[in-house]
Amino acid sequence: MATKTQTVDTKAQFTNLSKDEILRYSRHLIMPEVGMEGQLKLKNAKVLLIGTGGLGAPLGLYLAAAGVGKLGLVDFDVVDSTNLQRQVTFGAQDVGKPKTLAAKNRLSSLNSDIEIETFETKLESSNALELFKDFDIIVDGTDNFPTRYLVNDACILLGKPNVYGSIFRFEGQVTVFGAPDGPCYRCLYPEPPPPGLVPSCAEGGVLGVLPGIVGSIQAMETIKLIIGRGDSLVGRLLLFDALAMKFRELKLRKNPNCPVCGTNPTLTKLIDYYEFCGVRGEEAPASDIHVPEITPREMKSRLDRGDDLFILDVREPHEYQICNLNGHLIPLGELPRRVHELDTSKEIIAHCRSGKRSAEAVDFLRKAGFRKILNLKGGILAWSDEVDPSVPKY
Amino acid sequence: MPVKVIIPTPLRPFAGKRDSAEFPAATVGEALGNLTKEFGELRKHLFTEDGKLRSFVNVYLNDEDIRYLGKEETPVKDGDVVSIVPSIAGGRS
Repeated sequence: MATKTQTVDTKAQFTNLSKDEILRYSRHLIMPEVGMEGQLKLKNAKVLLIGTGGLGAPLGLYLAAAGVGKLGLVDFDVVDSTNLQRQVTFGAQDVGKPKTLAAKNRLSSLNSDIEIETFETKLESSNALELFKDFDIIVDGTDNFPTRYLVNDACILLGKPNVYGSIFRFEGQVTVFGAPDGPCYRCLYPEPPPPGLVPSCAEGGVLGVLPGIVGSIQAMETIKLIIGRGDSLVGRLLLFDALAMKFRELKLRKNPNCPVCGTNPTLTKLIDYYEFCGVRGEEAPASDIHVPEITPREMKSRLDRGDDLFILDVREPHEYQICNLNGHLIPLGELPRRVHELDTSKEIIAHCRSGKRSAEAVDFLRKAGFRKILNLKGGILAWSDEVDPSVPKY
Repeated sequence: MPVKVIIPTPLRPFAGKRDSAEFPAATVGEALGNLTKEFGELRKHLFTEDGKLRSFVNVYLNDEDIRYLGKEETPVKDGDVVSIVPSIAGGRS
């Protein structure tokens, strides 16, 4: 089912292009699908990007290049060197700078005619409506469930379209929510998965080009909404598998019983999305498993003392190749069927990268009858910080 | 020819790293049942303890959401594709 793109009503402020702008946008202007009319719509459009990371990078670059008159950038993070593998708005010189500032500098150098407003803040229920109200289209390039539900609900409450994209490893999803008569995120997923059942991006990894492709599709859908051309992704979920290099699409239907966009909505104001998603505090859900722990320094001194400790590494083999503590490798997923490799009489210290997977391993092994087992607090990352800085962090 | 079940990236670690698998089945529920019979670890990701499909896991028969067909009772025919589409959230970081 293809839905003809409905133009988003941008209040016309500008009614002409300068001579320089006509030259700059000439490849748009000579296409009848854009033309002077479409380019003026772009100039009058105000688009808010939630997140200036992987998806936000191609979004910001292409929307700025296309001449979208006003871009808002929301992010609270600072650039770090692990971002550079995919967040192509940033350069090595930006490491340590706020992402909104670094992105604004890059986008302004690309196009100084457009207005760029930065919001160096975390999107919350308390500020979302205020932030969104002056923009025509909201583009969701965040990385966690609470913010995704928040963006969705705020868009529905304000009647603004939400150009949605998400990625995981080498798979992406793109659609447009919140269009008039179109479905919303809650129509697709009424409830978030409980924390822990879906791995986070930091655990899962992401192929650097993938957000480039998915964010570019979001940019294309945003521009189509502004100029009102073509068939939009409203009502269609585009699935992209980069490894198989396959695009598929699924039908999305508006749920008449949807609590936020249905015929009798029960959700009429923003809620606490961390509570809704079962996450309190920061986005990386702390493991709610409590198991006996040992700090890296304690473990080091016990090893130095000659204690007979069995180091169990529950990461994946490809992670072991990056760095290791000479532990015995059994990936968490294989632990149930390889438990016989462990000796219940020996003292075991389990570790992973950050301490989360190994907490699950310790919990599992304790339930399986192991008593002398400890979790290395903070994992190999903490080991690198506190004991041996020659161990690389990843 | 049986029914093909497409396994999404986040669930592949629990399905022997496979991206799809084929099973003979008469309904969508039967296809998913056969899938979790072969890959036991998948069960808790797809079904609640009382055997209901989890609310955050969407299942499609070809391009249609089974919630708008006959849910798990939806009949399938040879060559149909059943897709499991979980919510993923990555993008900013």
